[in-house]
Amino acid sequence: MERKIRVLIAKPGLDGHDRGAKVIARALRDAGMEVIYTGLRQTPEQIVSAAIQEDVDVIGLSILSGAHNHLFPRVVELLKQSGAENVLVFGGGVIPEEDIPFLKSKGIAEVFGPGTPTSKTIEFIRANLKRPLN
Amino acid sequence: MYDLIRRCIEGDVRAVARLITLLESGDREAYAALYRLKDHAGRAQVIGITGPPGAGKSTLADKLIAQFRSRGLKVGVLAVDPSSPFSGGAILGDRLRMQGHATDPGVFIRSLAARGSLGGISKATHAAIRVLDAAGYDIVLVETVGVGQSEIDIVRVADMVVLVSVPGLGDDIQVIKAGIMEIGDIFVVNKADRDGADRVVREIRAMLELQAQLKRGQTPEGGPDTLAARAPEFLHHTGLAEGWQPKAGNESGAPGEKESITTPKPGVLPEAGTVSAALVNQEAGTISAALIIPPVLKTIAETGDGVKELADAIFSHFETLSRTGELERKRLESIRYQLGQFVSNEIVHLMSLPELAAAQDELAHKVFSRKMDVYSAGIALFHTIIEQGASHEHPQA
Amino acid sequence: MTDLEKLEQDFNTWTTKVEKANEKYPERKKQFVTGSNAPVKRVYTPLDQKDFDYEKKLGLPGEFPYTRGVQPTMYRGRLWTMRQYAGFGTAEESNARYKYLLEQGQTGLSVAFDLPTQIGYDSDHPLSEGEVGKVGVAIDSLADMETLFGGIPLDKVSTSMTINAPAAVLLAMYIAVAEKQGVSADKLNGTIQNDILKEYIARGTYIFPPAPSMRLITDIFEYCAKNVPNWNTISISGYHIREAGSTAVQEVAFTLADGIAYVEAAIKAGLDVDEFGPRLSFFFNAHNDLFEEVAKFRAARRVWAHIMRDRFGAKNPKSWMLRFHTQTGGSTLTAQQPDNNIIRVTLQALAAVLGGTQSLHTNSRDEALALPTEEAVRIALRTQQIIAYESGVAETVDPLAGSYYVESLTDRIETEVLQYIKRIDDLGGAVKAIEQGYIQQEIQDSAYAWQMDVEKNERIIVGLNKFQVKENPPKGLLRVDPAVGERQKQKLAALRSSRDQGAVNATLAALRNAARSADNLMFPILEAVKAYATLGEICGVLREEFGEYKPNVMF
Repeated sequence: MERKIRVLIAKPGLDGHDRGAKVIARALRDAGMEVIYTGLRQTPEQIVSAAIQEDVDVIGLSILSGAHNHLFPRVVELLKQSGAENVLVFGGGVIPEEDIPFLKSKGIAEVFGPGTPTSKTIEFIRANLKRPLN
Repeated sequence: MYDLIRRCIEGDVRAVARLITLLESGDREAYAALYRLKDHAGRAQVIGITGPPGAGKSTLADKLIAQFRSRGLKVGVLAVDPSSPFSGGAILGDRLRMQGHATDPGVFIRSLAARGSLGGISKATHAAIRVLDAAGYDIVLVETVGVGQSEIDIVRVADMVVLVSVPGLGDDIQVIKAGIMEIGDIFVVNKADRDGADRVVREIRAMLELQAQLKRGQTPEGGPDTLAARAPEFLHHTGLAEGWQPKAGNESGAPGEKESITTPKPGVLPEAGTVSAALVNQEAGTISAALIIPPVLKTIAETGDGVKELADAIFSHFETLSRTGELERKRLESIRYQLGQFVSNEIVHLMSLPELAAAQDELAHKVFSRKMDVYSAGIALFHTIIEQGASHEHPQA
Repeated sequence: MTDLEKLEQDFNTWTTKVEKANEKYPERKKQFVTGSNAPVKRVYTPLDQKDFDYEKKLGLPGEFPYTRGVQPTMYRGRLWTMRQYAGFGTAEESNARYKYLLEQGQTGLSVAFDLPTQIGYDSDHPLSEGEVGKVGVAIDSLADMETLFGGIPLDKVSTSMTINAPAAVLLAMYIAVAEKQGVSADKLNGTIQNDILKEYIARGTYIFPPAPSMRLITDIFEYCAKNVPNWNTISISGYHIREAGSTAVQEVAFTLADGIAYVEAAIKAGLDVDEFGPRLSFFFNAHNDLFEEVAKFRAARRVWAHIMRDRFGAKNPKSWMLRFHTQTGGSTLTAQQPDNNIIRVTLQALAAVLGGTQSLHTNSRDEALALPTEEAVRIALRTQQIIAYESGVAETVDPLAGSYYVESLTDRIETEVLQYIKRIDDLGGAVKAIEQGYIQQEIQDSAYAWQMDVEKNERIIVGLNKFQVKENPPKGLLRVDPAVGERQKQKLAALRSSRDQGAVNATLAALRNAARSADNLMFPILEAVKAYATLGEICGVLREEFGEYKPNVMF
């Protein structure tokens, strides 16, 4: 039996705009993935701890408050500290394009801005998984 | 694999998580290696929590975790949600309410997708419980969504079941579906600050008393106006009827006639509540009342009201289960069931092997061309499966 | 043969002719729909308004059922209020900004708070990390509020505060600042958003579960009716519901259902409907489908007037009037070719004005990318001014009335809104419908359907899925100084060491007792605020007593 792709979708920070997070969660489910949705107001520590217990392949982070430069890199850093660097991390939300190089340098694999088709995110996940499915 | 198992036993969170993933994926090597856990298992108390969607099970689980932690116990949680029948994917949202415990090293929470298992319990749940047990979690909470019959599977994996209900989901206790009353060891009416909570408590108590009476082989007491006397009609009106209605051709309208629910029968695995009743009949007076009529508690999970009392009731029930030998009996039943499940899964697996698929195809053609009948072809196929199974290599860890 | 019968005959003949021609020259699409996926016919005629009753459905401006507007002369008397939402960083920075705005002749302030403030956390709470001062001003205690309004006479300005879960605390701080200025509470003018239900539904800055939250709201209604009579105690908001992906119908339906829940709660708490009814205000979104949006505002007014008069028996016509603020649709803006957003905002602002809004915030072109720059905010404001002074649409009242299409849309929206309200009533009201996840689920379904339509190019978003160009990243976006958080933490530490801790403990203990009783919470909150208890401490006591809301997430 082939392993299912498991994805954690979380909203770090305090903003409550979860439309995008919910739409992507649904699209990933409809693409056959198992999505663990942890909802609003998650600290990087909570996110990483959940990702490890859930043994996910991917973490998707959504933020619209502008705190991304602070919170996204923290998630990657904590993953490394826990020896879970084979988790793929991507981000989405209101993120200025000029911040993307910085975020990528901190280990965020990709940042999907407003208007990104969900199909693009799905393809990205399938193409960039860091551990094999069987 | 050996290393992974060793790390699990040492309580390494990543190893536990990875092993569960392998078990979920049906990794035969991982299953074969589980025997290494046997010296470290059997200590955890396994508690099922089930009830209808919206009853507040996850919030209750969240607050129970805090209770167990305050008593110094390590807690593992398995939250089972359905998979999408269309895509095979799932959105697992139960964890959301328990995320406050995410960073507590004494708590491990894992969301499992049912992946097509009809019982609401994913195939890997049994195995995952054993892993958490061996990894040193004192309590394993298994949360399942209860819709219709599916939650009944929980009694196969849990030492005891907390059945959660809530006022205001329907007109009455119709949220408690057919047959499900049987599986609860403790009943909880959550969101007890809502209107109608006391009524739901009363109704559940009445149902449980009725059930106990029926098990003792008594007829309902009281005049024609008591709830017990009106049980069939009441059940019908509250949506519980399907589990109680007599089978076609059965003239009796008495609820007790529904065999699969109330009467243990050779070859059919008895369910928890019914066996309690059987024990009562045999050794009347030696069993705690709690086994006959389960307690009904009120909670407001959101504020934590009543959760301490629930935790107390859980421990007290465990104490009763251990003292009366009921716990061992339940676990033995669970193992028997697992053995049965294992064998049928194994047969399904063997049938997927190319040589057996070919044999099946050949036999199917013989039946089609009327050289054989289905029954003898089936027997023949079964024997081939047994032969193949004997020669089939099992991977060893 | 009546005129209508004759028309019907002609219409059928015409339709046959057109359908025939269509076989050769088909229309652009098989089915045309509004921005909210409602079917749109080829043409609308008097046949679509067969039972049109002017007096019953429209009435005159300023008269029941207010379909044409809540004032008799509308913008001929006074233009709508052009109110731009602003606030950032520390209280000092925002205070300087407000003073500048007031010097420019602005009489109203619209305060944006940062997320920790909106969720009742102090700036030194671990969850506040990275969020302090980001989307609005950080307020930890009365000391910050004193700074925020320092040198601003509170009897001369009206202040709108976008605050919900901790609205009682911020209102108490505002009253306390006024008191220190020698301004009594009955002289204060302004609005608090105070709409917790839409936070559960869509915006996410909730703290407590529904029951204690509704209590806080009715406590505010009661307190203000007696002590702060000119205060708008709530702004019932559909804006965020629409942003979360609802349709126009759902926006109105769920907002009015929330409104019904507040009115019911207040009546249950012993208030008279005409005591608080006139102080209820609303807040809607404006999207791109011009006619549907105009019809939406008109339908909302008509439905609410009937609800207040017929369902709740309000006698005061002011209770019947749906007064509303509009903001253009943030979710309609694209990060691609951001200048196009100026045109989108123009259409949306036009819809709000043609729909009779009382005040308007126009979004800035760069808001899909970051907080708006000053230049972008100015263009947004100029958009409103061009509509007001150059377009001519403000010169007559409700100019689209009588359009067969607009009246048909208005009727359809009204019908569908009433169906939703009925469904929510059947579920036990808005609070129950939210707790069961019904409203959220409906919105999510719409949001997902929209996304899929866009991905399948069934909906065209210019610059996004059609007419794309290669672009360079935009330059010069607004950034909030990351040191704000540290400065705010230092201020908080200084406050904690200098205040009278005994008074803080005593007032917080009194608050705890009040929370356990049925007393109006505004009084103990005001005392705690005056003792310089922090927002986080006050909300902390209430969190312990009331618990915290955890959403019912369904997919």
